[in-house]
Amino acid sequence: MEWQERIRQPEIECMSRDEMIALQSERLVKQVANVYEHVAFYNRKMKELGVEPGDIRGIEDIHKLPFTTKEDLRDNYPFGLLAVPKSKVARVQGTSGTTGKLTLASYTKHDTEIWGECVARGLTMAGLTEEDIIHVCYGYGLFTGGLGLDFGARELGALAIPMSAGNTKRQMMCLEDFGATAMACTPSYALHLAEALEDAGLVDRLKLKAGIFGAEPWTVEMRMEIERKLKINAFDIYGLCEILGPGVAMECIHHSGLHIYEDHFLPEILDPATDKPAADGETGELIFTTLTKEAMPLIRYRTKDLTSMDRSTCACGRTLPRISKFKGRTDDMKVIRGVNVFPTQIETALLSIDEALPHYLLIVDRENNLDVLTVMVEVDERYFSDEIRKLDDLKKKIGNVIKQAIGVSVKVKLVEPKSIERSEGKAKRVIDNRKL
Amino acid sequence: MTIKQLSIFLENREGRLDEVLAVLGRNGINIVALSLADTTEYGMLRLIVSEPDKGKEVLKEAGIVAMATKVIALRVPHAAGSLSKAMHLLVQNNVNIEYMYAFANGEDASAVLKTEIPEKAVRVLKEGGFDVWEEEEAYRANM
Repeated sequence: MEWQERIRQPEIECMSRDEMIALQSERLVKQVANVYEHVAFYNRKMKELGVEPGDIRGIEDIHKLPFTTKEDLRDNYPFGLLAVPKSKVARVQGTSGTTGKLTLASYTKHDTEIWGECVARGLTMAGLTEEDIIHVCYGYGLFTGGLGLDFGARELGALAIPMSAGNTKRQMMCLEDFGATAMACTPSYALHLAEALEDAGLVDRLKLKAGIFGAEPWTVEMRMEIERKLKINAFDIYGLCEILGPGVAMECIHHSGLHIYEDHFLPEILDPATDKPAADGETGELIFTTLTKEAMPLIRYRTKDLTSMDRSTCACGRTLPRISKFKGRTDDMKVIRGVNVFPTQIETALLSIDEALPHYLLIVDRENNLDVLTVMVEVDERYFSDEIRKLDDLKKKIGNVIKQAIGVSVKVKLVEPKSIERSEGKAKRVIDNRKL
Repeated sequence: MTIKQLSIFLENREGRLDEVLAVLGRNGINIVALSLADTTEYGMLRLIVSEPDKGKEVLKEAGIVAMATKVIALRVPHAAGSLSKAMHLLVQNNVNIEYMYAFANGEDASAVLKTEIPEKAVRVLKEGGFDVWEEEEAYRANM
């Protein structure tokens, strides 16, 4: 496919390392002074470590600062980490659809503009311009996917079609009728849609040239399959709502890692065992400090995503560092159909059901390109029934409770009591067959 | 009036039924009647055995969970329409049957019935001229 490299902000995206460090340092110093003054949580944390804003003179001092974890966000839910008066908050977004463990992120108007700018850089990276029509079938709502892409398209001056998720038939009709030149959704849905379009013989009637896919891990093979089926270039976009949403990092046409917009999000890769910086190319936990966020700035936020960093200049000309595709997590979180699922959520749900024992095994498969989560549950002996109808009712009940808890429907499989392996120490709770 | 059935939840995996039957065989427990209901994910094995309490115990020792379920063993004369007549009696008296299976015992045909209200079912059947097997009769094969 014909390709012309476009760079939206070469003065930033191709900045020399020294200039970038100077820019980051200047922003970090300001941000640290800001959170020390305005966020009680950081004020306390820094005092506990004996660090004052004056100790931070540049990014070389980042290691002196406290970490922020997802639990900290939950403890300060919903507005405890604001660095601005609440009246300045122009938007909130939350983690993808789970209840009980919702994480809320706040944005000022300026934050949403920066967000749009970051996504617009990514859309440009995917070869798009103001002439393009972007079919957005990420969910719109608290989930950052839909609105994030929307903000980016607006900043770029392109047309966003706010389809939101679901209803594949209608997606197919609109893709054709509106002449979309790009689409954005989760990669698994892209593949699902691609197959449906192929079956309907519609692919050649589309004007698609690019796809921006993210919110769940995917493989190179999957990208090539989507590209082949839809005859497009596909790009991986990364983000997390705590930091921004989509647009924290994005792949260029060379697919040699995702470029981090480090003028806004200062990355670190730390060895999870020692919390010491990992060398370039070595795997560690990805940590972000938001350098320009106004509403909810985060210092050294632990993403728990494992990756490695490459700071060499990319073939596309950008000097922005690249992170590799994720190599796992420091916890056992799984992304199921774009939703973050923690085994502990399922355990808590099972504990609320008398008939089920908290012995379970999660099996993640990908069937027809959609994630399927099977929960194997041991049934309490006292509640076993000899009637299949009652066991089926129990299965439904367990399925509903789990769906309420994690926001994703699951297949429940009842198993004999004591049939799930009890391992010494840390129990093996998840089997992921998706080969990501 | 009612008899004990062993109900065993079986995961759909190779050799599971064989394991259960082997445990019973090893312990000298005879199977008088059985029914195996299957779903896509699991099976439900229902057994009338010579010694249900011991059966439950030995299965438990082998790590297999068996429930003792109260069921009725109905005697049905070998004559066309006799099971139908028994069903009519139950339906007219609002007794729902959860499941049923047949077993051979003696000269009459026999059927194991599971209902939520076994005492009432037995009363209705007896008043209608039917007989049910007592425990000691039902656990012995081919009287």
